[in-house]
Parts: sequence; structure tokens; C-alpha cells
Amino acid sequence: MLRSLTIDPDKCTGCLQCEMACSYENEGVFNPAKSRIKVFTFHDEGRFVPYTCTQCDEAWCLHACPVDAIRMNRETGAMEVSDSVCVGCKVCTIACPFGTVNYNQDTGKVIKCDLCGGDPKCASACPTAAITYVDADATGLDKMRAWAARTDNAASASN
Amino acid sequence: MKHVIIGAGPAGIVAAETIRKLDADATIVVVGDEPEPPYSRMAIPYLLTRSIGEQGTYLRKQDDHFRQVGIEVVVDRVASVNPGTRSLLLADGPGMQYDTLLVASGSTPILPPVPGIGGDRVTSCWTLEDARRIAAGIRPGSSVVLIGAGFIGCIILEALVSSGARLTVVEMGNRMVPRMLDETCGTLLEKWCNSNGITVMTGSQVEAVEDQGDSALVRISGGRSVEAQLVISAAGVRANAGFLEGAGVDLSDGAVVIDEYMCSSVSGIYAAGDVACGRDFSTGEYSVQAIQPTAVEHGRLAANNMVKHGSVTHQGSMVMNVLDTIGLISASYGQWDGVAGGDSATLEDRENYRYLQLQFEGDRLIGANTLGMTQHIGVLRGLVQGRFSLGAWKDRLKDNPLLIMEAYLAVTQGTG
Ligand SMILES: Cc1cc2nc3c(=O)[nH]c(=O)nc-3n(C[C@H](O)[C@H](O)[C@H](O)COP(=O)(O)OP(=O)(O)OC[C@H]3O[C@@H](n4cnc5c(N)ncnc54)[C@H](O)[C@@H]3O)c2cc1C
Ligand code: SF4
Repeated sequence: MLRSLTIDPDKCTGCLQCEMACSYENEGVFNPAKSRIKVFTFHDEGRFVPYTCTQCDEAWCLHACPVDAIRMNRETGAMEVSDSVCVGCKVCTIACPFGTVNYNQDTGKVIKCDLCGGDPKCASACPTAAITYVDADATGLDKMRAWAARTDNAASASN
Repeated sequence: MKHVIIGAGPAGIVAAETIRKLDADATIVVVGDEPEPPYSRMAIPYLLTRSIGEQGTYLRKQDDHFRQVGIEVVVDRVASVNPGTRSLLLADGPGMQYDTLLVASGSTPILPPVPGIGGDRVTSCWTLEDARRIAAGIRPGSSVVLIGAGFIGCIILEALVSSGARLTVVEMGNRMVPRMLDETCGTLLEKWCNSNGITVMTGSQVEAVEDQGDSALVRISGGRSVEAQLVISAAGVRANAGFLEGAGVDLSDGAVVIDEYMCSSVSGIYAAGDVACGRDFSTGEYSVQAIQPTAVEHGRLAANNMVKHGSVTHQGSMVMNVLDTIGLISASYGQWDGVAGGDSATLEDRENYRYLQLQFEGDRLIGANTLGMTQHIGVLRGLVQGRFSLGAWKDRLKDNPLLIMEAYLAVTQGTG
């Protein structure tokens, strides 16, 4: 059974532990600016919303890549960028309708959530269980997927 | 069923692979006239900078990938198509029958009609063969003239500079990438280029290329001239549809007009990618978008309809581009130039080369230009293509256009 990150913004206190854990795991530094998960702040409403790649079925990034640098990891279901193949063209960053593939000017490659190979550090770092790693058919994900479908040109197309 | 695909670029290859996924038994043949394994033109700039070798440009990296998935790739050129007998003629090989045919033959650069343009020092930058010529022709310090600062011109500009060329760019329009960036953005990009040692001449035209033996003298409007070791032309393209002559397929400006099933005016003949004049998501009109994401989308949708006609409808592809110009990244989406009766929001920081411009129609985002931004740009696509009603977030975006992620989360998840 594939698992996926499920986010419950109501539980988020904005402590940014997830961003710290993510940047440390993936970039070796505690630097929220280098995190693949991002907590958005809604000042007026006093709300925090953690957000990252949903590993969507449409896989816009994967299909947009001209050199086959993005592949699905069959064990985790994550779309993973192969740094050695990526040429840094950034087409995936404009093709992803969620804004969750980002270009890193330091490396000339793109970064996106890869579920840390099946042990996502953001989820383990979250003290309030706002981010959990659960069975893929758990509630919440379907809703995000539904929004993904809305961008699809032809929701009935097979890929 | 036998599906024949003309052209082994991204549109053709994605179509072939999609057909295979939908029908394990179909016979699939891709005929492409370039000698290399199927590759991506988009990767050429990175080949020029030697970030990758030729293999790095290949669409699929595994040697026997196509054989493994049961797709026959034939290197030959389609000479003509006969819809009456559902057959086609090849330049070298024997004829071929098809049940469905996909025209995914892309386009070919056209050289501006000026004296001397056919000379040895002038080349396009379109194929791997061109790339080899360019790589061999540039030495550190070489003077290179680039004709055209459209999307393709600009996408190779960075590679030319990092190969050590002293670059002069000649563009007819009043700014760089006039069909992708608005006046402010294009002008900022030009300033950025000039401050990085590139000579950009907008509102200018190359009038002649004179061979001088070991260099060429490029004459430019206004009585100017530049001596160059290499002249690269990126001044427009023409669809490769000549082989359809007599087949009765409707063309528009030489490109194959396709309907919502990616089918041409002749039943059984589909088209995809740079050769196809298809529906634009934003305007609903038909045009050639000439970008990779559209080629891939066309290919996928065409394949579905080749296997089962009418199974999938094309709502229109969205125009989107991203450019990296010596470290300054710009992007455009949809109707970045706005619509009559529309509304816009801008954030301008000229000193730091940062710019963000959003276009609205009612309370929906319909297009955008960005400069100097790398984070979360894709969400602009989500907002435009989802046709989300922004409600109160429109005013918030007008106050601060940078809140695009927040606006997206608010309207899609009811947060905030
Ligand atoms: C240098 C460069 C950089 C680019 N960068 C970007 C970018 O950053 N982003 C972006 O979105 N787009 C970019 N593009 C554009 C993008 O490459 C094209 O939109 C894309 O290649 C279109 O794919 P296609 O399959 O329709 O056509 P093509 O890739 O052109 O493939 C068509 C193939 O068909 C072959 N063919 C033609 N006629 C025949 C015939 N009669 N018989 C058999 N075969 C035939 C052609 O030789 C070719 O191999 C770039 C293009 C170039 C040249
Ligand atoms: S930036 Fe890299 S991963 Fe993204 S589309 Fe380009 S080559 Fe593929």
C-alpha cells in the first residue's frame, strides 16, 4: 500500500520544524529557505498551512521534462528528480500547477519533495501531527487530487 | 491496428508510448528523418555548454528502450501520404500502410531573406547537427551575431555566452522576446544583457552577411556592421507539412489544423506538436504554440484518439515559457498581455531586476509575467488553468502580487 503525506492545517502552529527537518535532510543545513515543504502564513486569519508536492497522478513535472529526468519511485510513489540527468531547463517548475517544483540557482537543478525515500522527515518532526504519513487512500488527499484534476486538460486521458 | 507516426520528437515519441500503454497489441512505427536516436531540441543549449553529452539530449536514456516497449523506430523521410489507400511513401525505404497516422513532424527554421544568408558562417540552432557546427565554430572570444531575440534566440543566448562568445543580438521588435514578455519585462531583460557584456540591438535588422574569408561582415540597419566568426539565425520557423501536399489536409499558415480530437480535416490523420495548429486554452483560438509542454500534451491526447476516436477532447493547451538569461529567470503564462476590459497588478523592482505582473479578467487570473523569481512560479499555471474565482483574494493580489501561493491555497482549500 502506497503511503502519502497528509496535511491537516488546523493542527499547524507555524513552528517550522518541518521546514528545518526537510532542509537538513535534503540540503544538510537548517534553513527553511531550502525546504521542500513550505508553511504559508495567513496573518489576517492567524492560520498556518504547510504545503508540498502531493505526488499527483497527473505528474505534470514528469511529463514536461524533456530528458526523462523525473521518474516515479515505484516503492514510494514519489516523483523523483535525477540530478545527474536534469539539465536545469526549469520547464517542470512552470508546468507544476501547485508550484511545488522549484529551481535551485546554486546547483542549477530543481528540487521537489521525494518523500525522503519513504521516511518523510517533515512528518516525523511535526510535533502536532499536522503532517502525517499515512495510507494513500486516507481522507484529505482526495480533495487535493480533485484540484489537480481541475488543471487537467482532459481528465479522462490516460497517460 | 497499425499506427504510424511521422517525426521522432517529443510529440511523436510520447504519442507512440501512450498508444502502447493503451493497446498492448497495436503495431507502432515511428518514422523520423534525423539520424540520432529520438532527442529533445530543448536540451541543445546544455549540450552547447557541455553540461551534457549528446546522449544527455536523448528522450529516453536506455539503449533498447523502444525495442523493449515494442515501438519500431525507422530512420527515413516521409515523402508523401495517400489518405485514399491509407499509405505513405518514404524517401528511401518501401511504402507503408497505416490505420491511423500521426503527423508530428515539427518545424524547420527559416532564414531571413537577406543577401549572403546562405553562406558557410550562417547556421540555425535547431538540430544536433546544428549544435555540433556551433560548438565547433565558437572559440573563447569569438564574435557571434545572433539574429532574433525571440524565445528560441533567447534560450540559446546563455549557452553562447558561456561558450565564450562575444555576442551581438539583433532583434526586429522593440524589445527582447516581444511575444513572451511585456514591455517593462523585456526592456529590463535587455538592460540585464547589456550590463553583462552582450550587445543587444532591438528595433534593428540584419541587412546582409558578407563573406570575408576568415570572418563575415554582418551589416545591420542604421549603417552599423559587426565582424563575426559565426552568425546564428533564430528568426522564425515553418511547419514541416510539405509531404501532405495533395492529401487534402487543411493547413493554416502551413500547419495542420486539428480539431478537439487532434484530428486533421482528413479522417485517420492526426497531428501534434510544432506542426499542429491547435486550440489555445486561453483564447480558444487556433495557433501553433511551438513549445515542448504543448507538444507532449498534443501527443498524449492524439494517441488516445488514435486508439479510440472521440475518447478524449482537447480543451486547449496553455502557452507557458521559462527563460534563463545569464542567471536572470523570466517566465510567462497565458494571456500575459491582458485582455480588453481586464485588470492587472504589478510589482516592480527595476534595480534588482525583479518584476511580477498579473493579468485578471473579472476575478480570475488569466496570465502573468515574472522576472527574477524561482519559487512557486508553477502555481500561476494552477490559478490560470483552474479558472479559479479569486473573490477577495484579487484585491489582496493587487496589493501584493507575491501572495500567489497564499491565494491559491485560499481558493483551492478554503484556507485563509
Ligand atoms: C534550441 C532549442 C531550445 C528549445 N527550448 C525550449 C524550451 O526551453 N521550452 C520549450 O517549451 N520549448 C523549447 N524548444 C521548442 C521545442 O523543442 C519544440 O516545441 C519541440 O521540439 C516540438 O516537438 P515536436 O515533436 O512537435 O517536433 P520536433 O521536436 O521538431 O520533432 C519533429 C521531428 O520530425 C522530423 N521530421 C520532419 N519531417 C519529417 C518527414 N517528412 N519524415 C520523417 N520525419 C520528419 C524532424 O526532423 C524532427 O526530428 C526549443 C527548441 C530549440 C530548437
Ligand atoms: S529542470 Fe530538470 S527535471 Fe525539470 S524539466 Fe528540466 S531537465 Fe527535467
